[in-house]
Amino acid sequence: MDAYGEQKRMAAYLRDHHDKVVNRWAELVEAGVRGRISPDEVRNELEDFYGLLLRVMTQEDEHAAGELHASLDELSRSRARNGFTPSETALGVFSVKDAVYELVADTADLVPEYLAFSRMVDDLGLRTFEAYSAAREQIIGDQSAAMLELSTPVVRLWEGVVGVPLVGTLDSARTQLVMEKLLETLVSTGAEQAVIDITGVLTVDTEVAQHLLKTVNAARLLGAHCTISGIRPQVAQTIVSLGIEFGDIATKATLADALALALANAGLKVVPA
Amino acid sequence: MEQVPIVKIGRTLFVSIQIDLEDESVVRLQEDLADELTSTGATGVIIDITAVEIVDSFIGRMLTMIGSISRLFGAETIIVGMRPAVAITLTELGLSLRGVRTALNAEKGLALLNGTA
Repeated sequence: MDAYGEQKRMAAYLRDHHDKVVNRWAELVEAGVRGRISPDEVRNELEDFYGLLLRVMTQEDEHAAGELHASLDELSRSRARNGFTPSETALGVFSVKDAVYELVADTADLVPEYLAFSRMVDDLGLRTFEAYSAAREQIIGDQSAAMLELSTPVVRLWEGVVGVPLVGTLDSARTQLVMEKLLETLVSTGAEQAVIDITGVLTVDTEVAQHLLKTVNAARLLGAHCTISGIRPQVAQTIVSLGIEFGDIATKATLADALALALANAGLKVVPA
Repeated sequence: MEQVPIVKIGRTLFVSIQIDLEDESVVRLQEDLADELTSTGATGVIIDITAVEIVDSFIGRMLTMIGSISRLFGAETIIVGMRPAVAITLTELGLSLRGVRTALNAEKGLALLNGTA
């Protein structure tokens, strides 16, 4: 018995029992999604899917396999975005085996056919896993990119004074982004004073200090003066015990102190009104 | 080999680099600048690198060296108009151009030289 023959016989059997299988399959899937997708929608998805499955099994045209994979990937992606778990997603595919098994259980002569069919469904199920995790990874990537954008504002504190409030963890990628944004702002606004506020940076280690020094040096190359502010007592202790040297870079305890220094450097004075 | 022109304005020598810097032209500029400093007795050098998009360690070192040479003639060097990408590259290369002052643009550089900044 050849594999193609098995698949064709199975396809013929499935086509004959189209309604029974789809109904049972839809029931199983609906139980799994617990009302998060409407029954009609589930049925439509499965009908399309079943049609494609039969076309692949009968090998009527060579595009069927590609279409099946594409629709499977699309289904997995939308499940991933809508917050379904991986098992719920894969179950949508695997439950067709249960639906068919309940039918063929009485007909002993279809065993090899059913096994071939089952193998095929297993492959498809694995594919949903892959598409699902790829979609999730993409979501995570998009989110971290969005967070990176959100977390690096460069604000104008005064005429000729810009500030960079840093919050969270400083890593190489973020420092690079902060550096680029700060330098671009310095060039576009013509500001000569910059204040980097690290009040929101919880830990300062040698790497973070290295990143800060790089940013200050790059700003200095443009002809701007940089002050680092918001060094909290415990951060100061860490910096000293790690032996980090800030050299001739001005550091201040609060943003207010740094702003006062920047204004003084710019030749400005704040007087009571 | 392309030559970088040196313009004297008042007591300041103004060098605007508009070409892709090659090693040879940087060396030539260094020599020309030394000659010009001796003959004019200028007290300040402004090097405008607004048009420079690519730097390497050699050019970074040359800029520092130009600063050192000028100081021997009693002139101060100010590098103006550095692009952010260039600044990042120089920092990544570990070159902080010690001994050379920098300004955002030529106007501010001139003000710095005249002590009005």
